Amino acid sequence: MVRTLLIRGMLVGVAAAVLAFVVAKVFGESQVGLAIAFEAAHEAPGAPAEPEVVSRTVQSTIGLFTGLLAFGVAVGGLFSLAYAVAQGRLGALRARTTAGLVALAGFAGMYLLPSLKYPANPPAVGNPDTIADRTSLYFAAMLIALAVVAGGFVAARRLAPRFGSWDAALLALAGGLVVIGLAYYALPAADETPEGFPADVLWRFRVDSLAIQATLWATVGLLFGALTERANRPAPVRAPGATPVSTLVGEAPTAPGGSPVATGA
Amino acid sequence: MAHPGVLDAPAAPAPLPTIPLSELAPFALFGSLLALVLLYFVGAEQGAVSLVAGSNVHEFVHDARHLLGFPCH
Repeated sequence: MVRTLLIRGMLVGVAAAVLAFVVAKVFGESQVGLAIAFEAAHEAPGAPAEPEVVSRTVQSTIGLFTGLLAFGVAVGGLFSLAYAVAQGRLGALRARTTAGLVALAGFAGMYLLPSLKYPANPPAVGNPDTIADRTSLYFAAMLIALAVVAGGFVAARRLAPRFGSWDAALLALAGGLVVIGLAYYALPAADETPEGFPADVLWRFRVDSLAIQATLWATVGLLFGALTERANRPAPVRAPGATPVSTLVGEAPTAPGGSPVATGA
Repeated sequence: MAHPGVLDAPAAPAPLPTIPLSELAPFALFGSLLALVLLYFVGAEQGAVSLVAGSNVHEFVHDARHLLGFPCH
């Protein structure tokens, strides 16, 4: 069961990476190019040119794809494990609804919330001397956000019997936002945009980064949900008299005990 | 028709089976570690920390690192 989900998640991650690559290529790369042009134009005169270890062509094609592919497979695998925990534990939700919720939570925890505090930066933005601090802070923000998101689900589940699913979810959401707000208030800011860097390029780069991540997570959640629904579909009923077919053990969505469970919402 | 209500109530799904956490734990541990290694190489190697000498890994995944929102340099 877990094996099937894990394989499905990683394959879906590959598909998501391909779509994310298209978005990155069509929208993001032009902004990266503009940022690099700014960087080149503002280097100190007479400074020795940086040796080009990997050419821009490789960076913007096979390098970009490799990076997105590794990220997509990692996200797909992690997502499937989170889905395996969530399945059947978030109330009477369908597989595709569960997958959609888990993907939304992953997108918020791994990208959206951390990027609100430490947004994506194009080349030329960010002081190389502070990379260690900025990396630690970014991963710290990601950990905090993921912990808050996971905690929110647990809290919503605990509160559901008393307040009902909807109000419990809203309470958990509100609590999570308060914790995130306090954490971001405490974390130091990172304002390192160089003087004169075009604001439009920065804005578009960040929107493109958001689009790439949204494409990736949406593909993971929706495709995984659709495939899981298809796999869970009961085997077609054979005509009476036909040879009985052995059903997949553990895959058929039979209700244990046979009693229908109230939707709770 | 024995159960007409079942047929015209597609909104009430059969509850999905839960997977015992004890069955999930080894997958979760190993999968998370592997995914963290992959994330590390895309997101941080040869930036703040460097396991492989030089800057080939950093430069190769450079654009993906920027566009995915990781701090790069």
